[in-house]
Amino acid sequence: MADTTLKLKLKIWRQPGPKAAGSFVDYDVEVSPDASILEMIDELNNSLEQEGKEPIVFESDCREGICGTCGLVINGQPHGPVPKIATCQLHMRQFNDGDTVYIEPYRAKAFPVMKDLTVDRSGFDKIMYAGGFVSVNTGGVPDANAIPIPKEVAARSMDAAECIGCGACVAACKNASAMLFTSAKVTQFAVLPQGQPERYERVQKMVAVMDELGFGACTNTYACEAECPKGISVKNIAQMNRDFFVSKLSGSKQEA
Amino acid sequence: MVKLDSRIPEGHISEKWTNHKFNMKLVNPANKRKFDVIVVGTGLAGASAAASLGELGYNVKAFTYHDSARRAHSIAAQGGINAAKNYQNDGDSIYRLFYDTVKGGDFRAREANVYRLAEVSNNIIDQCVAQGVPFAREYGGLLDNRSFGGAQVSRTFYARGQTGQQLLLGAYSALSRQVGLGKVEMYTRKEMIGLVVEGGIARGIICRDLVTGEIEKYSAHAVLLCTGGYSNVFFLSTNAMNCNVTAAWRAHKKGALFANPCFTQIHPTCLPLHGESQSKLALMSESLRNDGRIWVSKTKGDKREPNDIPEGERDYYLERKYPSFGNLSPRDISSRSAKEVADEGRGAKGKEAVYLDFSDAINRLGEHVIREKYGNLFDIYETITGENPYKVPMQIYPAPHYTMGGLWVDYNLQSTIPGLFVLGEANFSDHGANRLGASALMQGLADGYFVAPYTVGNYLAGDKPDMLSTDHAAFEDEAKELEDYTKKLLSINGKQTVDDIHKKLGRIMWNKVGMGRNEKGLKEAMEEIRDLKQEFWNDVKVVGNDKDINQNLERAGRLADYLELGELMALDALERNESCGGHFREEYQTEEGEALRDDENYTHVSAWAFSGESHWDMHKEELEFEYVKLATRSYK
Repeated sequence: MADTTLKLKLKIWRQPGPKAAGSFVDYDVEVSPDASILEMIDELNNSLEQEGKEPIVFESDCREGICGTCGLVINGQPHGPVPKIATCQLHMRQFNDGDTVYIEPYRAKAFPVMKDLTVDRSGFDKIMYAGGFVSVNTGGVPDANAIPIPKEVAARSMDAAECIGCGACVAACKNASAMLFTSAKVTQFAVLPQGQPERYERVQKMVAVMDELGFGACTNTYACEAECPKGISVKNIAQMNRDFFVSKLSGSKQEA
Repeated sequence: MVKLDSRIPEGHISEKWTNHKFNMKLVNPANKRKFDVIVVGTGLAGASAAASLGELGYNVKAFTYHDSARRAHSIAAQGGINAAKNYQNDGDSIYRLFYDTVKGGDFRAREANVYRLAEVSNNIIDQCVAQGVPFAREYGGLLDNRSFGGAQVSRTFYARGQTGQQLLLGAYSALSRQVGLGKVEMYTRKEMIGLVVEGGIARGIICRDLVTGEIEKYSAHAVLLCTGGYSNVFFLSTNAMNCNVTAAWRAHKKGALFANPCFTQIHPTCLPLHGESQSKLALMSESLRNDGRIWVSKTKGDKREPNDIPEGERDYYLERKYPSFGNLSPRDISSRSAKEVADEGRGAKGKEAVYLDFSDAINRLGEHVIREKYGNLFDIYETITGENPYKVPMQIYPAPHYTMGGLWVDYNLQSTIPGLFVLGEANFSDHGANRLGASALMQGLADGYFVAPYTVGNYLAGDKPDMLSTDHAAFEDEAKELEDYTKKLLSINGKQTVDDIHKKLGRIMWNKVGMGRNEKGLKEAMEEIRDLKQEFWNDVKVVGNDKDINQNLERAGRLADYLELGELMALDALERNESCGGHFREEYQTEEGEALRDDENYTHVSAWAFSGESHWDMHKEELEFEYVKLATRSYK
């Protein structure tokens, strides 16, 4: 654990409300390299509150990189410069004394800014409501070991299921596409036996809502995978496209 | 005068739940849509309850203060979920899971509830698999298990190190389906700040919209609180930043009794503190103790690097003191042992930390096996500390993690206010004085999927409550009061920030109501907390206004409740003149330093009724142990 501190110049996006104009505001801070970037903002907020100024509004919760609540664009990259971590896991030892750090919210039409660094990501929930589930009611299901699932199939499903719904993929994409998010959920179920009965109906419904909400198309730049804190693969997008076209070609909800 | 009736059904313990389900009143399928149910919180308990009630046909209104139901802190649970499937053929059974849980809870839980929990545990695994939860599997395609503390069988199901995430996303997907079908109305970014009670029964809730600041009224036939625990009273804990006691506490002040508030769990495997600016303590899953060995130096103040300390100079203290459970001893015992060696000055490099060492397991199984089992946890560790745990032993230390105490509920999970049900960590019922690892997920889902859907129906069919209009004076008055309360918080305009005061509270709680407690310290803590509460109401500074997103105001309201709860925790700890589970009173220990229970005088639940500022009346629910005989807990 380091005894020294870093002196940094922060440029943080402040925006009073969804309709108001925003701008970068400068703050000079001194911070422990062992602190996380959100702890740095906590400390800055505490000093703003002491001065009677409004603290910077940002969202975070678990601070372990699993809840998906936090998501800041740091020096132009969603979740900052270190791959495969969420914003809350970015520690200040990654920066050098004297650095200037830009901190701003996600920029995407489907994720409007609410205040300062907080955006509205409710579009993701709406995609889920459309079909992100296996239609089983509580009770009356078979024994858990009744359906053997090969280890590698379970692993592939799990790889997709690890998505934390943070929205970095949308923020990273020049088209603000939600394909990585949606395809991760589609794939989780598409590879499992439990997901088969609704496989083609599910993909159609989820894609329809995704398009309706103004998320853009995928043009294969793979920026989403590069910025994803969980390393969700773009192969999921291929899986989703395949299932989507099969369901369209067959003209029905079932595979031909 | 409140009378505590636990409503435990008659009959042999293995038949109670079955009999009770048969005896319960039912709501006709066509009539279910005439009932509205409010569910507050969308973690494992809340999401599963809301989804299941929606499936049955009730009109459900689900509330969360998050931007999405999927953010609830259940998501951060890492290690696994217990179930008595006995898939490993190692002698597990419902009865053994029941037995382990009662014993693990140090005989301070209600037997009938615990048995039901063990009984429905198997249904949970079936349900989750049917939803498409990708649990870990063996090469033959069947489900894999691992071991957890306090058990000698492998009964823990897991999905890498993200079991809570996968189970929550499963419950969230079931919830999403009901939202899509229109049976559940989802209210996000709304924080419950008041409970409406009229005619002695729960009628609805008051929320603050966290975007507009509006105080809003919601009415229903029944209210379910699934709002989690209160570890953040310590300021630093493994809980998420927003976890709070407000919903439960405001229900308490409306008449719901609060049970065993001093039963808090300090988790043995968290990352040590790095400095003043720290906002939370990160958890390393207990599952690491399957393969990691815990040790410190035999010498005080040993500043050597861990890899430079020879084998013969290491003290594997858990293996030494508890040979049959070793590194898998229950959480309370493991935490206390860590504190003991740190207090002796033998902590890692003389600090408040102990080593969790994987070198033996890596040599035995190979690094790839350890990576497959715990890779993401090792990554988390390295991200936070900058050290590589494949090469250098991890440093860990206990931190507040879970609260066994909570609102008192009967066998139906109904609080002392009819129509108010409490599920998951927010209630007190199943874990006694100490919760075993991988049992929190089990309880949350048991309550939500398999208990509340029956017992809430029984209440609606039996009591036939009517629904009040939100124009009723009971709603109007409560909303007005809360509006004024909010304005008062904003008007104090003192000198200290909310976090300054919360940190002070945390220090009092950790030092005097933490891992070791004694009469003198507890009395001092009560005084100090009362003074701090005065300080808060005279000197706190809350900026911004009430008709906007105002996170400062949110935190202030939550802290105000913690300042009251903290005092009650100290009072409860002071009154319980024994040591049991997570409650360790230094005056009551054996010569070897083990917890010394007093079964003659304290085999009861302490349920506290709020009777005015800093005043509570205690009611006792005597506990009977018919099936698991009271015995000294031994893990030696």
